[in-house]
Amino acid sequence: MAKSKDKIREIVVLSGKGGTGKTSLTASFSALASSAVLADCDVDAADLHLVLPPTVLEKHEFISGYEATIDPSICTRCGICQRQCAFEAIDQPDGTGYAVNPVRCEGCGVCVRLCPVQAIAFTDRVCGQWMVSQTRNGPMVHAHLYAAAENSGKLVTLVRKEARRIAHAEGRSLVLVDGPPGIGCPVIASLTGADAMVLVTEPSLSGRHDMKRLITLARQFAIPVFVCVNKFDVDEQQSKAIELDCAGIEGVHYAGSIPYDEQVVKAQIAALSPVEFSQGKTSEAIKHIWELIWSRM
Amino acid sequence: MIIAVASGKGGTGKTFVSAHLARIISGGATLLDCDVEEPNDHIFIPARTTSSKVVSVEVPEVDSSLCDGCGECSQVCEFNAIAMVAKTPMIFDELCHACGGCVLFCPRKAMHGKKHRIGEVEIGEWEGITLVQGQLDVGVALAVPLIREVKRQLPQGEDHISIVDCPPGTSCPMVWSVSDCDVVVLVTEPTPFGLHDLTLAVDTLREVDIPFGVVINKDGIGDDRVLDYCRQQEIPVLARIPHDRRIATAYARGQLVSDSLLEYRVVFHNLLQAASDLIAKGGSHGKKQG
Amino acid sequence: MKVAFTTSGATLEAPFDTRFGRAARFIIFDLDQNSFTVLDNDQNLNAAQGAGIQSAQHVAASGAECLVTGHLGPKAAKVLFAAGIKTYQCDANTVGEALALYRSKALKLMHDADVEGHWV
Repeated sequence: MAKSKDKIREIVVLSGKGGTGKTSLTASFSALASSAVLADCDVDAADLHLVLPPTVLEKHEFISGYEATIDPSICTRCGICQRQCAFEAIDQPDGTGYAVNPVRCEGCGVCVRLCPVQAIAFTDRVCGQWMVSQTRNGPMVHAHLYAAAENSGKLVTLVRKEARRIAHAEGRSLVLVDGPPGIGCPVIASLTGADAMVLVTEPSLSGRHDMKRLITLARQFAIPVFVCVNKFDVDEQQSKAIELDCAGIEGVHYAGSIPYDEQVVKAQIAALSPVEFSQGKTSEAIKHIWELIWSRM
Repeated sequence: MIIAVASGKGGTGKTFVSAHLARIISGGATLLDCDVEEPNDHIFIPARTTSSKVVSVEVPEVDSSLCDGCGECSQVCEFNAIAMVAKTPMIFDELCHACGGCVLFCPRKAMHGKKHRIGEVEIGEWEGITLVQGQLDVGVALAVPLIREVKRQLPQGEDHISIVDCPPGTSCPMVWSVSDCDVVVLVTEPTPFGLHDLTLAVDTLREVDIPFGVVINKDGIGDDRVLDYCRQQEIPVLARIPHDRRIATAYARGQLVSDSLLEYRVVFHNLLQAASDLIAKGGSHGKKQG
Repeated sequence: MKVAFTTSGATLEAPFDTRFGRAARFIIFDLDQNSFTVLDNDQNLNAAQGAGIQSAQHVAASGAECLVTGHLGPKAAKVLFAAGIKTYQCDANTVGEALALYRSKALKLMHDADVEGHWV
C-alpha cells in the first residue's frame, strides 16, 4: 500500500453525533495502514488512547486566553467588578470578599481594567495539555482539555500541526485524525486543509440529520467524503436510504457498511481495535472500507 | 424539582433518558433542551410550538460622529473583534463575546450596544409536556447566552418537575446547564470509553458541587468496570437500563419505548424515585479522590 | 511603492509563507528604493482567534499598498480591502521568487477570501 513519500495524506474521521463508533474505526484504520501518524482531535473526551495504549514521550501545557484572579489582601470590596462582569463570573462566597469563578470567566479583562486598586491579576490560562506518544500502530499526538476549559478549536489545530510535523520528520505518508463531535468550531478546525473526510454514521434519524450537516460542511471546503454506515442492520431501511442519499451528491462516496456486532465492545475491553481483536464479519467489512478509501487517495 | 441529565460524551443515551423521564411524570413536566448545537428532544417529544423568541447578545456599534479614531476599543478587546482601519473601528460581530469592554472604556462614549442574533428559544406543548428548546444559529460560537435564556423558562414551584437535557462534554455549556439544578443524572455505558468519559464528567460535577448519580445504559453490553468505579467512588447507581435491541430500533425511529413496553415505564419511574430520594437525602457527591 | 510579502525568514532567500494570519514575518519591499525592511508579525500569542485581523492591521500600518501571500481568510480580507491594500496570490518557494513574479505582473489579484478562517 505504499504511496509516494513526498505527499502526506490527511484523513479525518468524523461522525456528528457521538457514539457511532468513530474511534473504533480510526484505531482499525491505524492497524490496517502502514506508517500512519495518529492525531486524536476529540480533545474534550479523547478515547483513542484507551484502545491504543500510549507510551508518553513528551507532555506540553496548552495555554489559551487569560483568567482574572482577585487578591483578597488588596481588594476593598467595592463591588465594581461584580456589577460590570457580563458573564456573572464574580462570586461573593459567604458574603465576605469577592472571587472570580474560573469556570465562568471568559478572560475579557474588563474587571482588571476597572478595579480602582489593581487587585485583579490577569494571567495566562492553562486550558489543558497535549502529548506526543508512541503506540503499537505508530506515533500519536493527543490532548486533554481541562474541565470547563474553552477553545478546543485552537487545540485541535495544534494537535494536527504536530502530527503533520512528525509525519514529515519520520517520512510517514498518512495522518489519521480522530475528529471531534458536533459540527462547530473544533470540527472546522479539524477539517481545513485535510485530504478526505470519513463520515461514520448510523441508521437513525439523528444520525442522518447530522450526516447531512457534515456533508454540507465538507462540500464548502471541497473535501471528498466517504460515508460508512455503522450498525447498519439496526434499521436496514434507513441504511439503504443513507446509501441513496450519498449517490446523488458530488464528491460524496458510499464506502460501505458495518454490522452491529458485540465484538466491537469486546475489542474495546481488550484495549484493541476490532480488526486486531477478531477476524469476523466486522473486521472484513472494515478492511473493505479502508481499502476502498485508500485506493482513492 | 429540577433534574439535569448529562454525560461526558454524546451518544450515551442522554436524550433517551431525558425524553422518557419527561414522558412518565404524571401531571406534566417541563423538558428543557439545552443541547443547543444539536437539540434532539423534539424528535421524541413532537411538541407543537406555541411561542418562540429570538435570542440576541449586545455587540458594539460605533457612532462615527463621536469617534476620533483613538483605537482604545481595539486595544481593550481581548478577542480581536475590533480592527482599526484608517482610524475607524471595524467590528467583527462573530468574534465578539459581548463583554461590553469597548463600550465601557471608549473615552468619547462613541460606542453603544446593538442586538446581534445568536439563536432562538421555542416553547411547545405535547401531551402535558412543555418542551423548551434552544437552537443556536449555524456558525455561532456563543452557546452560553442561549442556554441561559432556555433556563430562564424554568417554571417556579417546588411541586413541578423539570428535566434539563444538557449538552455533552465537560465544557462551559455543560456547566451552565447543570448549575442551579437539584440533582444531575449522569448517563454512561458499561464500556471502557463510557467509563473514561464518566470520570471526566464526575470531576467536573465535583467542582461545581451538585449531587449526582449514574444511569448505566445498555447494561450488559460490556464489563463491570463502571459499576466497580461507582462502588469505589461511592457514587449511587440510580438505574440500569438493559441492552435491548428493541430500544435501539425504537430510538432510531424516534419512538418512546415506555409507550410500547410497560417494563420500561417501571425503569424510568424507579429512576425518578431514586433521583428524588437523592435530593431528599441531602445529596451525594461521591467520595473525593485522593 | 511598498509591497508586503509573507515569510518565515528575514531575507529575500527566505521561504515564502503561504499563510497570512500565522506568518511569522513580513518583508516590506520598497520598489522605489529597491530595498526592504523586515516586520515581525507580532501576535498576541494567547489570542484564541483573530490572527488574520491582527496581521492585516500590521500590514496596513506598515505603509504597504500591496500584499503578496498564499491564502486569505474572510476577516483578514475584509480589513485589507477596507484599508485599500491590493492583495495578490502566489505560491513561490522564496520571497525573491515571489518578488520576481510580482514584478513580471504574473500574479493574480484577489477579490475575495479564498479559504475559511479558523487557524488554517
